[in-house]
Amino acid sequence: MAQGKKRGDKGSALVVGAGIAGMQSALLLAETGTKVFLLEQGPAIGGYFPLLDKTFPTNSCGVCFMSPTPPAFCPIYECHLHDHIELLPYSEVVGVEGEGGDFKVTVVRKPRFVDPKRCTLCEACIKVCPVEVEREFGGGLEKRKAIYLPYPQAIPHSLVIDPKTCTRCGECVKVCNPGAIDLDMKEEEEEIEVGAILLGFGFEPFIAQRKGEYGFGRYENVMTSIQFERLLSTSSPTQGLPIRISDGKKMERIAFIQCVGSRDPSCGQDHCSTICCMYATKQAMIAKDRSPNLGVTFFYMDIRPMGKDYERYYERAKTEYGIEYVRSAISSIKELRQTKNLLITYVKEDGTFEEREYDAVVLSLGFTPPQTIKDLAKKMGLQLTPQGFCQTDEFNPAQTSVNGIFVGGAFRGPRDIPETVVEGSSAAAIAASFLSPNRLPQSPKEYPMEGALGEEIPKIGVFICHCGEELKKNLSLFDLILGTKLLREVILVEEVGLACLPEDLDLIKKRIGEQGLNRIVLAGCSHREIRGAMEEMAKGMGFNPYLIEYANIREQCAFVHENYPKLATEKAMALIRMAVERARRSQPIQKGKQKIDKKGLVIGGGLAGMTASLQLAQQGYEVHLVEKEKELGGNLKESFYTLRGSNPRELLEQLTKQVGNHDSIHLYYEAEVIGFEKNNGHYRTKIRHQNVGDSTLREEKILDHGVLILATGGKEITPKEYLYGEDSRVITQRQLEKMIHLEDEGLKDVHSMVMIQCVGSRDEEHPYCSRICCGHAVKNALKLKETFPDMNIYVLYRDVRTYGFYETYYHQARGKGVIFIRYDLENKPQVALQDGRFRVSLFDPAMNSPITLSADCVVLSTGVEPNDHRELAKICDVDLNPDGFFMEANPKSAPLDSVDRGKFFCGLCHSPNFIEDVISQGNAVAARGAALLSKEAVEEKAYLAYVIKRLCCGCGLCVTVCPYGARVINEEEGKAEVIGSLCQGCGSCVIACRNAASQQRNFEKELNLAALDAVID
Amino acid sequence: MADFEPRIVAFLCHWCTYTGADLAGTTRQQYPPNIRIIHLMCSGAVDSIYVLKALIDGADGVLIGGCHPGDCHYQTGNYKARRRVAILKGILEQMGFTEHRIWLKWISASEGKLFADTVTKMVDDLKKMGPNPMKQLWNA
Repeated sequence: MAQGKKRGDKGSALVVGAGIAGMQSALLLAETGTKVFLLEQGPAIGGYFPLLDKTFPTNSCGVCFMSPTPPAFCPIYECHLHDHIELLPYSEVVGVEGEGGDFKVTVVRKPRFVDPKRCTLCEACIKVCPVEVEREFGGGLEKRKAIYLPYPQAIPHSLVIDPKTCTRCGECVKVCNPGAIDLDMKEEEEEIEVGAILLGFGFEPFIAQRKGEYGFGRYENVMTSIQFERLLSTSSPTQGLPIRISDGKKMERIAFIQCVGSRDPSCGQDHCSTICCMYATKQAMIAKDRSPNLGVTFFYMDIRPMGKDYERYYERAKTEYGIEYVRSAISSIKELRQTKNLLITYVKEDGTFEEREYDAVVLSLGFTPPQTIKDLAKKMGLQLTPQGFCQTDEFNPAQTSVNGIFVGGAFRGPRDIPETVVEGSSAAAIAASFLSPNRLPQSPKEYPMEGALGEEIPKIGVFICHCGEELKKNLSLFDLILGTKLLREVILVEEVGLACLPEDLDLIKKRIGEQGLNRIVLAGCSHREIRGAMEEMAKGMGFNPYLIEYANIREQCAFVHENYPKLATEKAMALIRMAVERARRSQPIQKGKQKIDKKGLVIGGGLAGMTASLQLAQQGYEVHLVEKEKELGGNLKESFYTLRGSNPRELLEQLTKQVGNHDSIHLYYEAEVIGFEKNNGHYRTKIRHQNVGDSTLREEKILDHGVLILATGGKEITPKEYLYGEDSRVITQRQLEKMIHLEDEGLKDVHSMVMIQCVGSRDEEHPYCSRICCGHAVKNALKLKETFPDMNIYVLYRDVRTYGFYETYYHQARGKGVIFIRYDLENKPQVALQDGRFRVSLFDPAMNSPITLSADCVVLSTGVEPNDHRELAKICDVDLNPDGFFMEANPKSAPLDSVDRGKFFCGLCHSPNFIEDVISQGNAVAARGAALLSKEAVEEKAYLAYVIKRLCCGCGLCVTVCPYGARVINEEEGKAEVIGSLCQGCGSCVIACRNAASQQRNFEKELNLAALDAVID
Repeated sequence: MADFEPRIVAFLCHWCTYTGADLAGTTRQQYPPNIRIIHLMCSGAVDSIYVLKALIDGADGVLIGGCHPGDCHYQTGNYKARRRVAILKGILEQMGFTEHRIWLKWISASEGKLFADTVTKMVDDLKKMGPNPMKQLWNA
């Protein structure tokens, strides 16, 4: 074992697990100026994210937007490129000592046997490797060699040798030109000192073989959902078409079996895996997009699309896509000998059996906690739930049982990407507050002053990199050099071997000095590969990095035209010519900076708003908290106990006290927002509020702030049916909760109670699921059964949506004799009064006949609707979705962000949620906000738009097209202006301008046209 | 006409299609070398002038590549591109110029194969269509 080294300090953080939660935590912590070590046990970071070609509910890829600063490229790349993040891929934590604030973590770096710095991905080694094994990526659908690239975009972007299967034959070493392979590489141990540890362990799919009756592993056309996900990826062996891998037959009918390893105590999986209904529906929709005649059947118990906009998605799957959902239990699956088709026998809801034949069966696997972390959890002293997930306090969801160790994402329980992103952010917020006393300022790297190269006559140096002889196979470098020498203003052409290595970078550096070069063209690999190294080299010598142009003659030429050496060389020449033409015209770019007003404004003093304010204040920012009522609390005031047994009253008391007493939080009661403006990247909000001293006086105040958090809440829907309002014994769940809490006498006389679910949810007026009502009903039913064990309680439901661990409470309720009866939207229950009691009649699908229940009390599980935000949305310039909730920039990766930077949503104004999730959201927006506020100034994007004032006529077309509000008309001059800190450099305004007054730096129209001229010859 | 090799100019957005074209390279998806790729930040930043100039200067086809609907990293750039191309095609059609020389394709960063297939198909189609008539005009 190699000699250990020691790094880190008490102000830094270790994130274990670089999946979606881990990456989100790492990025946000790094943005707030914390040094982050991001550790991943696999050879590439990213978790399950690279497997997902499409995500619900938009069926777009989308996850790549995840980043603190839009527009993002891809979280994996962002983590790779961030100055404050150090990646520790292919590593494991083997020991943790110390306590919160001062951990000493022992990390083992496993040997890759391939040096990522030298590997050029020529893949010669893969061709000669004799070992072929199942590829883990995609659940073993494909094969890979013992030396392999985990997946095409993997970061670190290099091959790796799997020591378990490698035979050490040494063939790869012989063919590796750059000498990147070293079969004697040893593992290294190092100790890292950190103040906080964040766990992003994620999940593992249930092992399908454990449910042997479904035939996975025995029947060749039974697949797991992980395999089917991979099959539908456009880069799969079938190019995303639903075709059987076994015999190449096009699938005509497929079946999804839900809840494989979920809601199944027989295999120790009593929880609901939450996301399988949605991901399976997505897979079915994508499969049908690819193959429209495909028949798809779901065999399921309850369908649970309870996230934001998920219900609509499910409805679309049924109506637009014609996907069939059959409520049933699987009796058996048999493989037919000739066709290898599968015969499914199932029991329908009414108890009758049916049989159907399918070409393939997909098992929707549930999720388990990762099995490999048990030892580590023990070492850290973590408490786990009976299912093996991380135990957390309901009202402090990011805090584990160990001080200084935080958690987010699927290690807390199965959850979808938006929740994972929220919790990853939330964990980052709590960790940032925890670390703030010890955090050392991360000083930005200092670079020498830049010379005024832009003003000189261009002297272009062209370096043609042959990528370790790789490009010579297909391109004639001799012709390229000869041709390049003839180009205008080129004074140097030189061949280099591997421009990504320090030796060659030094050579380029030397040539710049010797020849006085002021523009560089690098012809070689894609700029995405080489840019980092080149820019670092350039900055180090005071050479503006935007004076370097790249000609992509590797990925977009040599690698893809192997059969056309002559034409490929011609094309490479054209690409170099284009780069030279661009270089002749390019100008240095100094990135501007916009000062930030380090204050936050939170609108709404309910749970979400208070949590967000407190978190921001604890991180050291001043916060204005605006509440429309006379006191704080919002809906939390109406909550008396939770399903998991915590006391919301204590939470309310504690929060209001903390918020009220915090010096940095300024409170405004009975306040309303009356004006909002963007002021050079800052926000300025005008409010009218109650004077503290004189209750008759309303006063106006102007607040400056850098971040706006909307937490304006929602409310219970007022029912319009089931005799509500006509008879006082028809109440809502909330009223019932209060009665139980106050031990209301009236409850004693109730012998029979009927609860009706989905009142004001999943109907025409509110076409979404309110998520919390099933849990609410189960909670109240259980509480009643405690006090009144003899009370008959009937719950009339459409689907029971007790997702995640709430499922166990649903089980409990059934065990205690609460009776659940299903009804359809077409056959709603009828409530009538007869002799002073209620008669509730409905059709019971299990008995296949109408039934009537008598009841003394009818409880309506009413949905949640947002408060009326239309006015506020208009004032603050944010969007609402059709249901009246605030609309996020991207439902997957930026679930709490508005399109405009610095505006966020949390709580019920975003979507219906349980207390626990609202707290996570409150923390998460604080983290997102703090990532902005922590900087002295926001660095602007490089390729900003600018206005040539002389040409501008002030028509305002550019203002209309700008998606970021980065364009304004300067009223005095009558000319357009760009707000640098908001401009993201998309170039829309450049095209919109009729006078060519609007231009984009280094993408000027003239420059693009010159590039076009150069390639057309 | 047998040895006619069409020339295609492609304007690809930074985030999706350009990256997809790179992926085609890293995964060695082969396609004919008739295409010249110009890198822009967004498909919404493709001016009609660029397309017209490419055609007037003799390109046989123009490919514009952007993110899938809903995936634009600048919110709505690809929708702007879609509208612009629709109008442009209409105008070209009016001028007696076939719209099939302009392709607008959504290709994401993970669709290297789709990019290669698109180029292959486009080259095939253009070969059937023959050279850009404007080029002959210039030559005459």
